[in-house]
Amino acid sequence: MSNIPDELRYTKSHEWVRREEDGTLTVGITDHAQGLLGDLVFVETPEAEDTFSSGDDCAVIESVKAASDVYCPVDGEVIEGNEALADAPETINHDAYGDGWIFKLKPEDGGAFDELMGHEEYAEIVAEEDH
Amino acid sequence: MLIFEQSRNGRVNTAQQPAGTKAVSDIPAEFLRNDKPLLPEVSEMQAVRHYTRLSTKNFSIDTHFYPLGSCTMKYNPRGCNSLSMLPGFLNRHPDSPVNMSQGFLSCMYDLQEILKDVTGMKEVSLSPMAGAQGEFAGVAMIRAYHDAQNGGKGDPERTEILVPDAAHGTNPATATMCNFKVREIPTNSDGDVDIDALKQAVGPQTAGIMLTNPSTLGVFERKIKEIADIVHKAGGLLYYDGANLNAILGKVKPGDMGFDVIHMNLHKTFSTPHGGGGPGAGPVGVSERLIPYLPVPMVTKVSDEYQVITEKDNPNSIGRLSAFMGNAGVLLRAYIYARLLGRDGMQRVAEYATLNANYMMKKLEAAGFELAFPNRKATHEFIVTLKKQAKELNVNAMDFAKRLLDYGFHAPTTYFPLLVPECFLIEPTETEAQDALDGFIEAMIAIQKEAETDAEKVKGAPYTLPVRRLDDVKAAKELDLTWKQQQA
Repeated sequence: MSNIPDELRYTKSHEWVRREEDGTLTVGITDHAQGLLGDLVFVETPEAEDTFSSGDDCAVIESVKAASDVYCPVDGEVIEGNEALADAPETINHDAYGDGWIFKLKPEDGGAFDELMGHEEYAEIVAEEDH
Repeated sequence: MLIFEQSRNGRVNTAQQPAGTKAVSDIPAEFLRNDKPLLPEVSEMQAVRHYTRLSTKNFSIDTHFYPLGSCTMKYNPRGCNSLSMLPGFLNRHPDSPVNMSQGFLSCMYDLQEILKDVTGMKEVSLSPMAGAQGEFAGVAMIRAYHDAQNGGKGDPERTEILVPDAAHGTNPATATMCNFKVREIPTNSDGDVDIDALKQAVGPQTAGIMLTNPSTLGVFERKIKEIADIVHKAGGLLYYDGANLNAILGKVKPGDMGFDVIHMNLHKTFSTPHGGGGPGAGPVGVSERLIPYLPVPMVTKVSDEYQVITEKDNPNSIGRLSAFMGNAGVLLRAYIYARLLGRDGMQRVAEYATLNANYMMKKLEAAGFELAFPNRKATHEFIVTLKKQAKELNVNAMDFAKRLLDYGFHAPTTYFPLLVPECFLIEPTETEAQDALDGFIEAMIAIQKEAETDAEKVKGAPYTLPVRRLDDVKAAKELDLTWKQQQA
């Protein structure tokens, strides 16, 4: 069973979102998603000041099996991308919720975070896929 | 051992040297090199043995069953190759005048006619030089068509191409190259395009939809007529990706399904080996409304003479995709293959390809393997999912694939399509005998037993090949194919 921390919010497309104390959001892909993709070999992160709407593809992840887009969970402006991933994409495999974060975002609407899926709902989606 | 490592300074092999010497004096000095190029200096026998030895380390269709799905890696009859290399074809210069190329042009004209007949399209251009270029030509024609609407003012609102999520990755790439936005359409659990989602997605912004039918999921798109009607009603066009044409060759025609444009991979379906980068051929066929935009050159017949259609004759053409008429050798092989098969043989290809796939699917299901779409008949290929094995035995699709090599079978396509976890996409093709199919099934059953009793053995495969398990990550991240001279 994959690791789904309680304090995070999630998307159907397997991104996790954490609200930091200053109201900014940190985004990555879930443990389940990295497991499906397998060993990662390439990550392209968005750049500061890029703006995205919810559902836009904003980063690219490539593994030995497949290339996959990462979607922006809410409307907002990128504060920074995790540049360390360029040299060490495998960080996401080892630490999806920690050093494997992909970008930080200033949300347009502070309340958008609360409308994202909670851990229980996301766990159901994962269980359904495993079925 | 690399051939460079066998090199000895000054060793000469005269077999390939031109007879006599001729001084060349008209190359500008700045293009002349100062140092000798770093090429291996070996004897003729060293070169022959080196490459012969390498070839025996390979799996190939000549030596092994090769069931790569969604790619149709099938047997290419030797006769097609020999006949396409007749001196008259081989020595014809592509700039030869039309009146001296009537033989070659008659083959190209007949090939256009045959492909029209097989696909049900109204006109065909042979010029795209590969599948990807065929796709590009096809979507460029969709763009040209929309740009010509409203009395030439165009239809600038049509900015989107719809692509099902089961599609080959080339489809969204092509749409993007032609400056369209891509909108993904989901697939339902039976492997069909989700009609409700399609209805939601179409509108005045829809330029077209790119479909592979049968799809990469190894099933026939059952609601193709409804899909065609929905997209056409919204003002969009239908693009047919010919990747899986082998399944329906001569049996069902994309033109009858309502497609406006199709590309064919002659290097898959019509007798040219593919993989490894070509050369290929990706002719395009179109419905009535796209004829003016076809890429040139094409061949036409005026009374008894074959002539070449150029931009002068087709001013609205999307233009040229190569200096000449595509890859002549590949086109000739396709022509010869089609003539050898004839109309009946063409249908037999589709019938045996689907029969073989359905036979294997049923046998594997009976042996306990889980099918991705158990309620559907296979087309020319089908999907087994090994997710249960991955979860319960910790032996995944890649482990099965590697172990198959030890049993003497090339692995099927793994981990594509992406929609199915731990998948094997298996395409036996029409030319395999029942014994070969049974051999593969027995190997799968044997590997399943090994996975249950000695998982480590499967996870360590292959054991019998020149190289053991490769490091995929290192190959993707640090691939280095440059030979560097050892420092003394």
